[in-house]
Amino acid sequence: MRVLMYGWEFPPHIAGGLGVACYWMTQALAEKGHKVTFVLPRLKAGMSDDSHVELIGVSQFPVRSLEFLNSPENLEKEIRRIADGVRIETVDTLLSSPYMSDSQYQKLADEQRDLAQRMRESSALEGGSAESFNLEVTGEYGPNLLMEIVRYARVAGAIARSAPHDVIHAHDWLTMLAGVEAKRVSGKPLVVHVHATEFDRSGENVNQVVYDIERLGMERADRVVAVSHYTKDIIVRRYGIPAGKVEVVHNAVTRIRNGQESPAELARREKVVLFLGRITFQKGPDYFVEAAAKVLRHRKDVRFVMAGSGDMAPRMIERVAELKLGRRFHFTGFLGGAAVEQMFRESDIYVMPSVSEPFGISPLEAMAYDVPVIISKQSGVAEVLRHALKVDFWDVSELASKIIALLDHGPLRQELVEQGAKELESIQWSNAARKLGAVYDQISRVA
Amino acid sequence: MIYVTFYFQVHQPNRLRHYKFFDIGRSHFYEDDQKNGEILRKVAGKCYLPTNGLMLEQIKRHEGRFRISYSISGTAVEQFRKFAPEVLDSFKALADTGCVEFICETFNHSLAFLYSREEWRRQVALHKELVQQEFGQTPTTFRNTELIYNNDVAEEAEALGFRTILAEGADRVLGWRSPNFAYQPEPCTKMKLLLKNYRLSDDIAFRFSNRDWAEWPMTAEKFASWVHAVAGAGETVNLFMDYETFGEHQWEETGIFDFLRSLPEKVLAHPDFAFATPAETSSKLYPVAKLDVPHFVSWADIERDLTAWKGNHMQEDALSAVFGLENLVIAKNDPDLTHAWRSLQTSDHFYYMCTKWFADGDVHKYFNPYSNPYDAYINYQNVLADFEETVKG
Repeated sequence: MRVLMYGWEFPPHIAGGLGVACYWMTQALAEKGHKVTFVLPRLKAGMSDDSHVELIGVSQFPVRSLEFLNSPENLEKEIRRIADGVRIETVDTLLSSPYMSDSQYQKLADEQRDLAQRMRESSALEGGSAESFNLEVTGEYGPNLLMEIVRYARVAGAIARSAPHDVIHAHDWLTMLAGVEAKRVSGKPLVVHVHATEFDRSGENVNQVVYDIERLGMERADRVVAVSHYTKDIIVRRYGIPAGKVEVVHNAVTRIRNGQESPAELARREKVVLFLGRITFQKGPDYFVEAAAKVLRHRKDVRFVMAGSGDMAPRMIERVAELKLGRRFHFTGFLGGAAVEQMFRESDIYVMPSVSEPFGISPLEAMAYDVPVIISKQSGVAEVLRHALKVDFWDVSELASKIIALLDHGPLRQELVEQGAKELESIQWSNAARKLGAVYDQISRVA
Repeated sequence: MIYVTFYFQVHQPNRLRHYKFFDIGRSHFYEDDQKNGEILRKVAGKCYLPTNGLMLEQIKRHEGRFRISYSISGTAVEQFRKFAPEVLDSFKALADTGCVEFICETFNHSLAFLYSREEWRRQVALHKELVQQEFGQTPTTFRNTELIYNNDVAEEAEALGFRTILAEGADRVLGWRSPNFAYQPEPCTKMKLLLKNYRLSDDIAFRFSNRDWAEWPMTAEKFASWVHAVAGAGETVNLFMDYETFGEHQWEETGIFDFLRSLPEKVLAHPDFAFATPAETSSKLYPVAKLDVPHFVSWADIERDLTAWKGNHMQEDALSAVFGLENLVIAKNDPDLTHAWRSLQTSDHFYYMCTKWFADGDVHKYFNPYSNPYDAYINYQNVLADFEETVKG
């Protein structure tokens, strides 16, 4: 099957688990004989080394036919055109987020004007067809995100016209408009793959635009793939998608045996309890801080590490200071690549206290480093993992109690690590690829 | 004459309440009385009361020719007293018929034999006293917790005066031999060993309601014909099982009670077959051979070994922790503390920590109040930590 896949991230340039999931998923699909073309915002250094997929960067893709881009007077109209039927009263919600400064807004407005100007010049010059140029999409998660995804979607349509494919597969809301546009252009069946919903990211304070885009993508899709039953449930309840249209395909992990820690590291041995992930509402960093305070009241030979960045980081730092945990609680900022590996290697316990976690691949990565994990029951990964401790994210004293149990009882750690290693081997991407292959088969037969 | 020897195990553990690390030193209540009471009353209604009634009716109907035996753990008896005294009364009524034998075991369904012979002897003595007090019999038959058995268990039990001992008729114990004879444990001179016929026992306990089983539906007639097939190739058919099989593991809707009601008659239809209690069977049979069992066997899982309770790091750790407190507890000589400590020896606590999910996982899950073995271990260790502080304090 030739798969035209739209994603926002691809290793080594990733901000979260989505890029990693896309990497291993495409590799497993390739092993099953599928030919995957992976479209992302822009190609960057280090990306093209992998031969299992063909990568296309939207920013580098020459857009020739511009007639459908002719009147980009404003963003609102653009989205409405691509996603006709989406009820968008205003797009200001995203643009006027509290983290956007006046100058950023000004820049955005200027950019819009420039783009419109280029379009007009191009039309005037060429009658609107022959000239080709690139639409810049940075692939970053800045305040221009909505505009970026619209540009991405525009080019996605052009790519769908030129890249041969049997099915379209789009990951998460960022590329859902692209998937919908590609389907409009090529008429091929669309799979929308939901790794996270707006409810996971924002709780009840959903961004209406994002919600509408997600809903549109799922409605237009021929099949929705959810990364867990937990997520499927949200899709059915909150987005009104019929359960029969939603297939659950759990993520997996590729266990690279990461070896034991060096004797020097062992000698250091103060216990390290790790939180690693975006410091955002969704990941529950505040519960980790409160649990740390409880644990540290009982034993002092523990260090807590919060690795990552995010909008809640300042508040977390303040709270740690307020609780006077600073000497035992450390913030590393964002970690990538080798630093992540080292962090796992030096940790004794990994905690994922997510408020809402559609899947949550990082506990599996921690386990690959023989680190026992405590995970939130409100996570998809809890559905596939037996050899992990599970807590309700809000139950801080239970979380603290379990951290202490792991610190106190070697046999508990040993059992979790040994059984977990066996379990990891059964959580394979090839299983996910097999299920995806079945989904492709079903929808292309109908189509 | 070939004897059909029924032994039913009656046991309920004292399940622990959710006990967090932060409860240590603050709360000394360990057991979940509410849940234990609820479960006991539920099982009483579904199993103990109706099955005891049925047994009594059959004993009367067959005028002493239907004979059975029970081993009732001390924790179960204590729960009867506390939550459902009518159950205890109905067992006493069965004892009064003279057709029912009560078997001795460790009081708290304990794994003590594996860690402390002294404590094991104390618990056996306590249970013996309980049987005398509640059922007016002095037990001469012994069964160790979970049918955990080897030469040493037999030898120790013989030294305590028991003359019959029960064990699992595991293939690796018997080899080519048949479970349908009495044996003598290798180190013993007076003790006789009766071995569970696990095929016939499990036909009732596990397979009865299984619709994928080729023999489903199993009728009393069919089962009796399998029992009768032993004629000429055995002297006893030992049917050992959990009593909760009736009405609890196999629900009433499966027809288990109708099966049980017609079984005595069907078995007795053959003139060469009779029912007997373990002590009676053992007194009537000569051992056909000595049986050497150096390694432990039990009746659990497909392995029939100790790994259901003592098969991973957590179980080993928890077991050595609780038995490690023996000297402290005994020296303290405080009845409440000793009772609490014994309650923590019950095999179920360690069964909940079992991680061999994959082959036997379903059975384990069914009986497990915890959602996973790790929670079971953490909870147990928290309780034990408080208990240790209390004993030392």
